[in-house]
Amino acid sequence: MPRVQFEDIIKTYGRVTVLKNLDLEIDDGEFLVLLGPSGCGKTTLLNLLAGLLDVTAGRITIGERDVTDLDPKDRGLAMVFQSYALYPTKTVRGNLKFGLASQKIDGAEVDRRIAWAARMLQIEPLLDRKPAQLSGGQRQRVAIGRALVKKVGLFLFDEPLSNLDAKLRTEMRLEIKKLHDELKSTIVYVTHDQIEAMTMATKIAVMDGGVIQQFGTPDEIYSRPRNLFVAGFIGSPAMNLRAGKITNGGGTVTAALDGVTLDLGRYGFASQPADGQPIVVGLRPEHFGAPGQALADAAGTFSLPVQYTEKTGGDATGYLKFGDGLIAARIDPEQIGRFRQGDTVDVSFPQGKVHVFDAVSGARL
Amino acid sequence: MSVADVSLRRAGEVPVERAPRFPRKPKGISGRSIAIIVFLTICAAFFCVPLYIIITTSFKTMEQVREGAIFSLPAPFTLDAWWSAWDTACSGIRCDGLKVGFWNSMAILFPSLILSIALSSVTGYALALWNVRWANTFLFVLFICAFVPFQIIMIPLIILSSGLKVYGTIWGIAIVHAVLAMPFLTLVFRNYYKGIPQEIMSAAMMDSGSFWRVFVEIILPMSGNILIVVLILQITSIWNDFLLGLTFGGLGTQPMSVVLANVVITTTGEAAYNENMAAALLTAIPPLFIYFVLGKFFVQGITAGAIKG
Repeated sequence: MPRVQFEDIIKTYGRVTVLKNLDLEIDDGEFLVLLGPSGCGKTTLLNLLAGLLDVTAGRITIGERDVTDLDPKDRGLAMVFQSYALYPTKTVRGNLKFGLASQKIDGAEVDRRIAWAARMLQIEPLLDRKPAQLSGGQRQRVAIGRALVKKVGLFLFDEPLSNLDAKLRTEMRLEIKKLHDELKSTIVYVTHDQIEAMTMATKIAVMDGGVIQQFGTPDEIYSRPRNLFVAGFIGSPAMNLRAGKITNGGGTVTAALDGVTLDLGRYGFASQPADGQPIVVGLRPEHFGAPGQALADAAGTFSLPVQYTEKTGGDATGYLKFGDGLIAARIDPEQIGRFRQGDTVDVSFPQGKVHVFDAVSGARL
Repeated sequence: MSVADVSLRRAGEVPVERAPRFPRKPKGISGRSIAIIVFLTICAAFFCVPLYIIITTSFKTMEQVREGAIFSLPAPFTLDAWWSAWDTACSGIRCDGLKVGFWNSMAILFPSLILSIALSSVTGYALALWNVRWANTFLFVLFICAFVPFQIIMIPLIILSSGLKVYGTIWGIAIVHAVLAMPFLTLVFRNYYKGIPQEIMSAAMMDSGSFWRVFVEIILPMSGNILIVVLILQITSIWNDFLLGLTFGGLGTQPMSVVLANVVITTTGEAAYNENMAAALLTAIPPLFIYFVLGKFFVQGITAGAIKG
């Protein structure tokens, strides 16, 4: 169960740079999720680790081994692909068996491993079927099985659940999590789905533009986003980001945005902000207080007209008109009746939940 | 609900339970479709009438042929012309029939089939799925080669093959066939393999990484369709070839098409039309047989179940 290290990785395609001087360390037994929008370089990074692509410059080590120039089969890892990539002419058993093609092990051990993986993934009755005779979820299990039989310490997953329907996805999410707990192996998992990332990962690396924007536990990423990109990317509905200005005078720090003043007296600034510094304030929709109730530790209260509301079963979001944009606030679905279009409601925001970013650099203050 | 209804339902079909409220009008025959049918009939007749004459004539006796009624049915019906075409027809001074040519053609066909398909499928696989240096340049050269007419390189090839001491032998013809087919077949295989999903190849690289093992165990079993296409293409083109067999074949090593031409040309006394027709049909049987047999093996969706579907 090895440690994985990327050192100063550069990857270019012709004149396009996909990864810029990337450094990343994945600890033994970690479940790392590479999260980011399409084209952020997360799949490229995974393929570099798998050996399916060559780095332009840099070094990759797995355990103590420098694998930068090794063939994929010699790197001691297994990979599950987005499209499953099963061999169509082989049976499930044949697929699992070919997973061991590069390992020199005897027939009895091969059979033992296939039986073990099949039991673990509950695909025993399917062993003699061809991939075409399987459903999407079953194919996904076989694809995972083909990786499992290798008994390696490092598994790579490339958006493995994106082709499944919502219900199956939730099931498989749990199952992959369970596999990780049982096998205690290191997992690198690529996805653009933040729910997958938040639920499964022990560490998340949020990527954008070929750069790791933040690397940390799911809680850290959610509660202390390091910059505007991470703040806007994590959370659904997305964090409300509004431009404003710092007022720093007389021992109190406040933020003025569009007529509302937010008290930042208890905000943990890394360094004291300057008076008049342009900032962006981030307010998560789910942290707004209930409409009409003033919170004791409110940083500020918004009195805004309702534009429209959105209900998703057990959850509801109100969109309030603020300046020339909208602010989303999570509301109790029971109370949605009180949010009528055009009505003005008072919602307050608690002090400890405010995020403040530098408007120029985008970094957290 | 009747038993039949129940079994239908179990099979996933739902029987109609009442008369349709909005019945569809049956489509009538329009002037346009009549024109199309007439046109197609004329086209079909264009091919069918000569074929009819060839077939009937081959079963006639020479007496009946001499009567001149070419559309009449054979009476008496006889296989004599077929037998003599196969066994005793004269090509030049040898009167061994078409059988010599038939076995020569077979002896040419198999080595050149195996050689050309083996070489071009492996080359196509390498060009499509592995990182080959200069692959695009190589492809461009192949592309050019595929369009060079045989006539242009015929003389140099003859000189080359006689230098290699294979000129005039069955092997010589077989090898030249294989070599000439290489560029085109390689392009065919390469384009087909380009269609194999990248992730399957990536998975194979991670699982095995061996050039030959991935080819034999993964890629070749997925090549059923294209192998059938290439087989039909190659068998018909090698079997029907005349020029190459004529120029590279020595005495006694000529393929069936060349022997057929000689049989038809060689006449002592009257032209034996029934024998000539039978000889032509005999020569045409193998490719026809291939079409009928292999055509059935055309299977759809080689990658069924491999990826999302």
